[in-house]
Amino acid sequence: MSGTPAVEMRDVHKRFGKLEVLHGVGLTVHRSDVVCLIGPSGSGKSTLLRCINFMESYDSGEVRIDGRLIGYRDEAGRRRPMPGRDLQKMRESIGMVFQHFNLWPHMTALGNVAEALVRVRKLPQAEATGRARAMLARVGLSDKETTYPARLSGGQQQRVAIARSLAMEPKLMLFDEPTSALDPELVGEVLQVMRSLAAEGMTMIVVTHEMGFAVSVATRIAFLDRGRIAADGTPRAVLHESEEPRVRQFLQTYHERNSF
Amino acid sequence: MKLAAVQEALPWLLHAAVATLWISLAGIALGQVLGGLICLCRVSRHRALARFGALYVSFFRGVPLLVQLLLVYYFLPYVGIDVPPLAAAIGSLGLASGAYSCEIYRGALTAIPRGQAEAAQALGFSAPAVWLRILLPQALRLSSPALVNELILLLKASSLISTVGVTELTRTSHTLAAATYRPFEVYLTAAAIYLAMNLVLAAAGGLAERRLAAGG
Repeated sequence: MSGTPAVEMRDVHKRFGKLEVLHGVGLTVHRSDVVCLIGPSGSGKSTLLRCINFMESYDSGEVRIDGRLIGYRDEAGRRRPMPGRDLQKMRESIGMVFQHFNLWPHMTALGNVAEALVRVRKLPQAEATGRARAMLARVGLSDKETTYPARLSGGQQQRVAIARSLAMEPKLMLFDEPTSALDPELVGEVLQVMRSLAAEGMTMIVVTHEMGFAVSVATRIAFLDRGRIAADGTPRAVLHESEEPRVRQFLQTYHERNSF
Repeated sequence: MKLAAVQEALPWLLHAAVATLWISLAGIALGQVLGGLICLCRVSRHRALARFGALYVSFFRGVPLLVQLLLVYYFLPYVGIDVPPLAAAIGSLGLASGAYSCEIYRGALTAIPRGQAEAAQALGFSAPAVWLRILLPQALRLSSPALVNELILLLKASSLISTVGVTELTRTSHTLAAATYRPFEVYLTAAAIYLAMNLVLAAAGGLAERRLAAGG
């Protein structure tokens, strides 16, 4: 665990108007870590995740990706917004997968995956298409290349969305409740793809309610409550050994809901 | 009703219909450019720009086109700007259709889920690339039925420019009706020509819609 962390958040604050969503969050993620962010709804999990690629701006504190501050430039004690081009450059190496997939409905599955390679990476069309093909194969959707998102199941759409991110060869992947919008029988295929990514050593931060996934795949679990990290450690340490009352309460509610 | 009167008027009216058609097309082309720009203003985060966009739309949508035409026609020479009637007519049609098109585009843009632009931003797209590749193609598809409608409305509205002395279908009809004392035949023929043009436009629009929709 030496060297510069893949992600380092220090004392991050974020408020929406009067509502303070993040109260000084600190989180360090090393390369090949798989960190699952859990916690009650409204605790700020998604906001925290979105601060990492600056889809959401933070008000104070630091978010560093491979040691580099994202979103701002600190110069002579003054903080200024980072130029758009620099931010775009940093985002290229941070993949993000959304709850609602956010595929582009006017492009085929292959088009969705190839688009950023052409527009952002500036690869020639043929090369982009080739790489997009390989990515679709990797998520098991070679037979859906020419299919438009509207004709794919939720699970397939999410796998295309993962392939779209992977095509950019990110150093870090962010997942924002990737299975929450899926029918229960489609959750497995998406988790399977995420498992194999984790096994290949991808650095991942996952906001999730899938405790089974968190326990079996995460190297660490961070529990967020009301904008603060209330517990952070190995799955075992957080889920079984934590004395933190909020964690206990959350887990109890979770177990009650999932037993029948 | 005398068929001979129709036959006599037809060449003149067809000739004038060509003027109507190209003035309308020029007006709507100008309107699309203006509508796109005003729409960008309206959805802008800059307060002043958004304000300007809203003002533009409420004026050009709120004042009758005929009154706008007369304003342009009489006001511009009054302040020393000499605009030929044809340019004034195309300009007025464009300004008005810009206001309507702006609202059509804005409606289409709000119908696109926010997440689609976010997905592109997260991949490192520049703002222009997000517009060009993600938002505009979809906005165009979503707005195409309303735009065809707007084109038809504009073609009909172009009859108003007959009042500022531009020789188009309606004005030519006036002249012919007065000269031949056959208003019924002349106006009926003009109506048929308007209808035919709009049917062709509607069919072309339907074809374009289907082609746009072919992608998913």
